[in-house]
Formats: sequence, structure tokens, C-alpha cells
Amino acid sequence: MELPELSQDELLRYSRHLILPEVGEEGQRRLKAARVLCVGAGGLGSPLALYLAAAGVGTLGLVDFDVVDASNLQRQILHSTNDIGRRKLDSAAEKLQALNPDLNLVKHDTKLSSANALDILKDYDIVADGTDNFPTRYLVNDACVLLGKPNVYGSIFRFEGQASVFAARDGPCYRCVYPEPPPPKLVPSCAEGGVLGVLPGLVGVIQATETVKLILGKGTTLAGRLLLVDALNMRFREVRLRKNPDCQICGAHPAFTQLIDYQQFCGIAPSIQEEIRIMNGVPQLTAAEVKRRMDAGEDLFILDVREPFEYQIANIGGTLIPLGQIPHRLHEIDREREIVVYCKFGARSQRAAEFLRQSGYSKVSNLAGGIMAWSNEVDPSLPRY
Amino acid sequence: MSVLQLTRAVYDAIRAHGEETYPRECCGALLGTPAADGWRIEASVKARNTRTDSARNRYSIAPAELVKIEREARGRGLSIGGFYHSHPDHPAEWSQADLAEAHWIGCSYVIVAVALGKAAAIHSFLLAGNAEEDKRFVAERIEILESQETQFESK
Ligand SMILES: [Zn+2]
Ligand SMILES: [Zn+2]
Repeated sequence: MELPELSQDELLRYSRHLILPEVGEEGQRRLKAARVLCVGAGGLGSPLALYLAAAGVGTLGLVDFDVVDASNLQRQILHSTNDIGRRKLDSAAEKLQALNPDLNLVKHDTKLSSANALDILKDYDIVADGTDNFPTRYLVNDACVLLGKPNVYGSIFRFEGQASVFAARDGPCYRCVYPEPPPPKLVPSCAEGGVLGVLPGLVGVIQATETVKLILGKGTTLAGRLLLVDALNMRFREVRLRKNPDCQICGAHPAFTQLIDYQQFCGIAPSIQEEIRIMNGVPQLTAAEVKRRMDAGEDLFILDVREPFEYQIANIGGTLIPLGQIPHRLHEIDREREIVVYCKFGARSQRAAEFLRQSGYSKVSNLAGGIMAWSNEVDPSLPRY
Repeated sequence: MSVLQLTRAVYDAIRAHGEETYPRECCGALLGTPAADGWRIEASVKARNTRTDSARNRYSIAPAELVKIEREARGRGLSIGGFYHSHPDHPAEWSQADLAEAHWIGCSYVIVAVALGKAAAIHSFLLAGNAEEDKRFVAERIEILESQETQFESK
């Protein structure tokens, strides 16, 4: 690729970069050519976007649909008191353009979703994840893996931060480390749990640093390492990460090859909704509903598609056939009976149910929220894992 | 020579864990506070050995579990001061694989030999150095403190 030339003004503006051998004129031209997507213009997104704009990143995309609230100002330094009530995108654009008028800022005024993520991400070289919730975090990760783009990850909670580079070439992804999300009830958000205002600054700047290094192709990135930041004791530690060969998205035999329903995957919402939902042709049953029908003596073929060790920890009976073995063990699944598939959170079982439908099974439904929803709604004595 | 202080309960817990998982390797983390010449360990956390492939001679703690242990330690005012694992029917000496897998410079790595199912020698090595490139194990002395502290399990 032909790198863009630097103007006289740019040579002056970036002179402190230009004299660094690791950056130099070529590196600065790389920065100018780079296209970075920053997901979220909040706590992490603020320092990230500010430093990337200052560093001379040519194209910066911002995804956010939120409005500035007074309670954001304690940490979201892109926004100021006058911006309360404004769209974060507008407030951010003003600050970033003022900082660097040459910046090509692309505003994505939307909530990132399975429907739009691939389309939005595809135009960028690097994705920096500044989201504050699990569904979007898995969504960003999976989309990055599918598109082969590095995911510069950061997260914060109370006094604790984490940073890494996921989905880099041959490196592990977020899902290699956290195959499944924690149950939603155990996850207080920053709104509920609180967060030290300067912490996103610390972690967001680490993300910005990693992004710049990826663009320059210099130094050693956090790929394969999870940096743990303990702001209260000011201690940095790192945990070595390995690519998980069985990873559901980046492993040798991925469980999915397209984006899924991340709200459902994270056990949020669907099990609470009373009306029957249908996803890709598969009816979604709540745990309470399945229990009711089992108690009523209905003839249901309960199919557990988790791994044997999970079954040992907790199960609601039924036949255990791990997701990966289903294609070879169809003969064990009765075509005539009504099948209810379940797993831990409902994502693997949805895949299994879709596969069964394609294989000619007509009466297949999915236990939405999986056995974790069962533990929440039906039988709290069931061990959570 | 640095000194690793272990409470009696932790010392016993490490040995018991090694016997419990025999002939497979056990592993876990050691929680404590820094003392003048080494770590003072007050609690141990059993971890799941994720190396199911060759658990007789390798050990590895899942990153997510390690993050959780670190968080729990902090909640108790402690931090991860080291790790332990067992060597079933092997001496309590570090292997090249152990060194390659050790990344927490400044932490103690305890190895307990388990001979025919019974815990035998137990040795500790401080991971010294400044970086991955020059890290090395240095033998340290284990000192046992008689105390009430008990282990707790990582879930
Ligand atoms: Zn992965
Ligand atoms: Zn060993």
C-alpha cells in the first residue's frame, strides 16, 4: 500500500515522533494511513480517541448511541459539563476535531449489534474495544476474529483494570480466555459497582499505546498476555494467555462461523420475556415453561449439548450429546418426539437446534438462557459454574 | 537466601493436595504478603490443572481462574506470592518446563514430590531476574509458621 505523504504542518506537528527511530517519517505516515475503530466514546474511549487523534491516526471511527450524563463526567474526559444532554458522538467529534483538524472522524450513531457489526468493522484495520458490557465485548471479539482484525481490549471495574490484544495473528481471543460470560446476576456494571474515575484513563491509554504499536509494527504488544491493573495498590501483573484450540470462535473447529445473539448468549433478557420468541426458526422456551411442561408429563426429549464435565457439575436430566458429536450421533435423537435442547447459556444449544432443523427435525426448541436460567428461575439449588 | 514462610495449614494443604491428585500433578496459588526476605504465605488456593493432556508432568492454571484468584486475594488484603505444584514420583526439583511456564518474577514456586501417593520432599524456588530473558529459579528456604489460617477453594 502507498503511504500518504506528510505536509509541512504535519512534519512540524509530529516532530517529536519523527525523531524517534521507532516511528520516524515512515511510522508517522503509517499512522496517517491507519483506520481505527473505537467502540464506545465513554470512559475508555475518551483517552483512547484523544491520544489516537493526537498521535496522528488518519481515520478514527467512533461507535456510540449514548447521551452525555452528569454522572459520566467523573471519568469520560471527552465530554464536559456543557455537553450534558448532547449525543456523545457530537461532543466527542467537537473535541477531537479541535485537537486535530486533519483527523477524518467517522461517526457511527448506533448500538453495535450482530446485524451491523461486520459491516461497520470491515472498513477498519484495528478495533479498540471500550465497551462496558459483556454482550458487546463478545460481539466485538467474535466480529474481530471473523474479520481477522486485532481487538485492542480494555475493561475496568472499581479499582481493577484489564488490557490485552486479542485476535492478533495466531494469538488468543477474548473467548479463549473467557469461553462463556459470567451469569448476569453476578456482574454488577460500573453503574452498580462503581469505578475509580482515573482508572479508565490508565487502561484507555494502555489501549492507545497498543494500538499505536500495532500500527507501527514495533515493540511487543500485549497479544498473548492479559495485563491486570490494580489501581488501589498500584500493581501491574500479567497472566500469560494461550490460544485455546477448542475456542468456539477462533479454534480449529469453531462452533459458530457467524455472529450470534449476544444478549441471549450472556443470559440477558430472553428468559424474562413471556412471549414465545423464535430465532432462526427455533422457538425459544423459558426455563419455567420447560419445567411446567416436564411436570405436566409431556413427552419431551431433553437434549444436553454441553461437555461431560459440565453435565457432572449440574444437569436437568436428558440425553447428553456434546455439540461437536451431534452430526455423528443423530441416530440417538428421536425424530418423532419434541426435542428441547439446552446448554449452559443457550448459545451452543441454539446452534444444535438449528443444525437439527436443517437435518430434518421438525419439533426442536431451545431452552433460552440454558441451565443457568434454570438455576435462576426454577431450581436455585442447582450448582452454578 | 530468601525464605518462604508457610503457615502449618498451608504446608499441610499443599502436601494433602499432592496426595489427593496423585498420580496426576496438582497445582495451586499461594496468597500472602511480602516479608523482609521473601513471602509470608497465609493461604493456598487449589486450582484446576488445565493440562489434561499430560497432567503427570505439566501444570497450568487457566488465565480466567488466575484473574479470579488474584481478585479474591486482594479482597482478603493478600496477593499472589507464589504457586505450587506436585511432582508425582519425581524429585522436588524444577524442570525446564517449570521454568518456561513461570512468569511471575519475584514469586515463589513450591514443588512437592509425591512418592507412591505419599507427599515427600518439598522445595521452594524464587523466580529471580528482571524479565523473561533473564529469569531463573533460585532455591530458597521454607520456614513453617504455626498458625490458624486455612486454605480456601477457588470455584
Ligand atoms: Zn479464541
Ligand atoms: Zn514441575
